[in-house]
Amino acid sequence: MPDQTMAEKILARASGSESVRPGQIVDGQVDLLYMHEMLALAIKPFEEIGVGKVWDPAKCVVTVDHWVPPPNEQIARMHQSIREFCWAQGIERFHDVGDHGIIHQLVVERGYVHPGELVIGCDSHTNMAGAMGAFAAGIGATETAAVLATGKLWLKVPESLRVQVRGTLSRRTGAKDVILKVIQTTGDDGAAYKAVEFHGATIQAFPMNERFVLSNMTTEMGAKAGMLPSDDTTRTYLEEVGAGDAFRPVDSDPNARFLKTYDIDVDGMGPQVACPNNPANVKPIEDVIGTKIDMAFVGSCTNARIQDLRATAEILKGEMIAPRVRMIVTPASQGIYRQAVKEGLAQIFLESGATFTSSTCGPCFGGHMGVLAPKEVCISSTNRNYPGRMGSPEAQVYLASPYTVAASALYGEITDPRGL
Amino acid sequence: METRLSGRVWKFGDDISTDHIIAGRYLGSMESNVLAEHAMENVDPNFSKKVKPGDIVVARANFGCGSSREQAPIALKALGISCVIADTFARIFYRNSINIGFPVIECPGLHARVEEGDALTVDLEGGHVVLPSGDRITFLRYPPNILEIVRAGGLVPKVKADLESRGR
Repeated sequence: MPDQTMAEKILARASGSESVRPGQIVDGQVDLLYMHEMLALAIKPFEEIGVGKVWDPAKCVVTVDHWVPPPNEQIARMHQSIREFCWAQGIERFHDVGDHGIIHQLVVERGYVHPGELVIGCDSHTNMAGAMGAFAAGIGATETAAVLATGKLWLKVPESLRVQVRGTLSRRTGAKDVILKVIQTTGDDGAAYKAVEFHGATIQAFPMNERFVLSNMTTEMGAKAGMLPSDDTTRTYLEEVGAGDAFRPVDSDPNARFLKTYDIDVDGMGPQVACPNNPANVKPIEDVIGTKIDMAFVGSCTNARIQDLRATAEILKGEMIAPRVRMIVTPASQGIYRQAVKEGLAQIFLESGATFTSSTCGPCFGGHMGVLAPKEVCISSTNRNYPGRMGSPEAQVYLASPYTVAASALYGEITDPRGL
Repeated sequence: METRLSGRVWKFGDDISTDHIIAGRYLGSMESNVLAEHAMENVDPNFSKKVKPGDIVVARANFGCGSSREQAPIALKALGISCVIADTFARIFYRNSINIGFPVIECPGLHARVEEGDALTVDLEGGHVVLPSGDRITFLRYPPNILEIVRAGGLVPKVKADLESRGR
């Protein structure tokens, strides 16, 4: 058997083959299908297919995350249709308002994603689950209907790219800064139709919360999937979320074929910022220090885990955000929300003048709970800054780490968190 | 799905994202005509008023990058756009389009050969575009698995037919 990449190994197993090669079309048996409000758009095509019952309700996970709680009747009806579908279909892992989270965070923190699995989600940032050593890819509504009916999805086995990262980062610099640097190197379509594997000492040293940032933003490289080998860090994480038995080591073979290897040295690198209007328009923070902001947002599947909230609180503690600046902090799940309250982080946010909301995707995609007006400038811990992403097409969005976002909120302009 | 298409060209550049195609503020709507009204609004606020049924979108690289929102191809299809031809597409947008029976064609270099308003004819099965000058530009035809979905008129009729032929 030839040496294989992680993507090739996982797709071979999912399609019942010994080995597969790039370019080959396979029918993959899906191990986990997860869905948010897009399910509402999949119900009609699912009914048209006419199988009646979902192929395996135990392999499905559903939550609501884009608009929570519903901001209007239209969305309330959407949530209602999802609720009724889950109940009728016996989907037990349906996490309704109150028990919800941004789906990518929810599926990892509940222990639903395991190494070696084929994970499919109806959202572009499904790539995030690949940090667990899974092959995780996003699809749309009609294809979700087809998977609900059959449990299968056709996939072209992708070529793989290897991103090799070494070096010790500067203070208050982390995975967000690394992935922005990587996206700058590849461009926002540099990994289109390809799988990305992360390797190297810097990556191995990252805890799971940081690894999720890397796989999450492979979407902004155009990647089909972004993966990290599963190792002791993965094993410990799985044990903590009650799924220790599901651990298995997954890595590429020593002579696996990569289309390209990017060697990236981040030794001494400081914070990076993606400037308007493209996530690949990345500059070192020194180039944008002093840019005035109107809003600072810490949220989204990319950077709103408990460690991100701790980083935000570390900067805000005992300080007030700048006059004429609004700050919104939105945890990635209700579990994180509860933890933030318990640890006293909520108190720190509120005393500094920030708004601390329950979990939703809301502001990240310009949906609700913090949408931008024309000409407004926002610094955000999220993942995309195409025109109109967070509201008005005339608004400007800078993407950065939670440390950089919080430091900028204190001064009302883009600020290097290392100086505080 | 119609396999011979003709219409006037609307040109767009690189990296037209799903946020350009249909903004997040409209995603709450399940009505395709509402989505159509706001198609491409973040690039050209009057786009939906100018388009005539059959018109063709021609773009450069990475068309449809960003979100998995199926509302993006739904909006263009409902507006009456007959197909999108680009140098390259982002993968989820590409799959979503094929799945709803909306033709998307990779034809690198076409963007440089056409002007806005040019009348084009596209032969999906034949794999070529005819320019106003009469010149033909060929593109790679769909691989068999995608062609099957295209011929069935989308993924739902395809899956339905597959299940029926297997007798469930």
